[in-house]
Amino acid sequence: MNLSVQIGKLKLQNPVMVASGTFGYGVEYAQLLDLNQLGAVVVKGIRLDPVRGNATPRTVEVASGLINAIGLQGPGVDGFIRKYWPFLKTLKVPTIINLWGTTVEEYAEVARRFDALGGVGALELNVSCPNIKKGGAQFGTDLKLLAQVVADCRKVTKLPLITKMSPNVASIAPFARAAEDAGSDALSIMNSYPAMAIDIETRKPKLANVTGGLTGPCIKPIAIKLVWEAAKAVKIPIIGMGGIQNAADAIEFMVAGAAAVAVGTANFYEPQTPLQVIAGIREFMEKHGLKDVDEITGSVAVKK
Amino acid sequence: MLAVPMLEQTVQIVSNERDTDSYFRLVLRAPQIAALIQPGQFAHVRVAPLKDALLRRPFSIFQVSGDTFSILYKTVGQGTDALARMGAGGEVSVIAPLGHGFTAPQRGGETPLLVAGGYGMAAMYLLAQRSPQKGIVFVGGRKRVDILCEKEFKALGWDVRVTTEDGSHGEKGLVTKPLLAELRSRRSNEAQTEKLEIGNRKSEISQSLLTPAATRQKVRIYACGPTPMLKAVGKIAGDFNVPAELSMDEHMCCGVGVCLTCVIPVQTGDGWEYQRTCTEGPVFDARNIVWETMK
Repeated sequence: MNLSVQIGKLKLQNPVMVASGTFGYGVEYAQLLDLNQLGAVVVKGIRLDPVRGNATPRTVEVASGLINAIGLQGPGVDGFIRKYWPFLKTLKVPTIINLWGTTVEEYAEVARRFDALGGVGALELNVSCPNIKKGGAQFGTDLKLLAQVVADCRKVTKLPLITKMSPNVASIAPFARAAEDAGSDALSIMNSYPAMAIDIETRKPKLANVTGGLTGPCIKPIAIKLVWEAAKAVKIPIIGMGGIQNAADAIEFMVAGAAAVAVGTANFYEPQTPLQVIAGIREFMEKHGLKDVDEITGSVAVKK
Repeated sequence: MLAVPMLEQTVQIVSNERDTDSYFRLVLRAPQIAALIQPGQFAHVRVAPLKDALLRRPFSIFQVSGDTFSILYKTVGQGTDALARMGAGGEVSVIAPLGHGFTAPQRGGETPLLVAGGYGMAAMYLLAQRSPQKGIVFVGGRKRVDILCEKEFKALGWDVRVTTEDGSHGEKGLVTKPLLAELRSRRSNEAQTEKLEIGNRKSEISQSLLTPAATRQKVRIYACGPTPMLKAVGKIAGDFNVPAELSMDEHMCCGVGVCLTCVIPVQTGDGWEYQRTCTEGPVFDARNIVWETMK
């Protein structure tokens, strides 16, 4: 039985990774699960300089989901390399660096720094965070800027580039194609969906940032549709994510067209989820007599 | 900062009963976790009956006894409501022990002064029980039913001083009132001692005159309760130059340091940064908290 998948030139031992921002820098979960069983570890978004992040409250629980507006708090490239890379580089599975910037030049500079570091598995370009004033979704919702960010990062590295897509566009197909045409090796679909919650007694927003990004099981059907649409538009592999809680959710993403998946918000409440998903995919393949996990990908039966 | 040893386990409910008018006591059999628990740490509990509320709920660890540990909780929302409906023999998933707790009091060291607001008492029991020297517990609440664990602390031989805002139990007022009175009385006693020593023209200079005020007073404040109370306690500690450790209660999500929900502003070298209540905390040195920046 073959569970390995290919993301550009990066080979993963299985198609299950963790979504950026839900798994810290790996080390936080090292006591609770064997990280070396994952497909890959994807770290929280990093820009050039340290980022303080938004004021609190930063998250609010909603029905079957979570709205967050963390504001990409992080240690910056140097802080990350000093504090977290020594641990991550000891892992047997690839580390994927999620990176962002406030300008196209900064994206490329951060990409260059991680290319130079050596040992990184792939770079995931965060052009879709809804919670920062400059950077993030500003790039992922503008076709020209998106193409420019991907193309400029492409120039500075041969590492596989994964573009993390915003769900907040009228149609994802042209954005998926723009990323592919500019040199992206894969797409992560999707980032959190812009959302808001209000306390009806105080009439105040429940997040200090007023709005945030919705994640968790409630967004899964939205993400499934986006993966299905993007898969028809591009040839590069898609990493499906949005509310995966179990193997059935992950398999649904793959049937829709994803070559791999990422577990996100579920890590916060059940850290064993990624390992349970891997085991469940294996069981599904046995049950259906599948030899290669890629037989699931894009197998959706939609009448033309 | 070093990671604390933690475990994720599905554990059995030994009992889950109403403890007082407003609080429940949940006892869990978890030998490996119980053995690791340090005063001031918490447990992150997944309440299985919840379907559309996903997150775990954090609770201060109250008591550790043999292979069990317990938590006290009040039913304040759907998580705790669902928890209250679970019975002995049921199972819950816990990640524990989590966070950096209180500094252990040392034999012959500073006298511990514990300050608790309502439910904050639960987080301090283990500290008192394991302390080699007894101290004073100041406990406050709005009314009588908010005062928890009074008899448990008395049974440990601690001096318990109760305040309620409505005067229905103990002294009327805020918990900071008797705390202030205690610190003032200690300060004036010291001043008296110093005067006497100087008056007696002791040939040798008293050790107490060479050491800074904080060490002479030899008390350390440990506090847990609502944020406004902690802020007031932190200020008092600063005014009296007494060390204070505050257990901060912030809205929490993952509990293990990845989501960055539960952050508070903490002084660093030349500025401040957001630090995680679940990981760097929940206990912080009062002097390092940047209150102006907090909501």
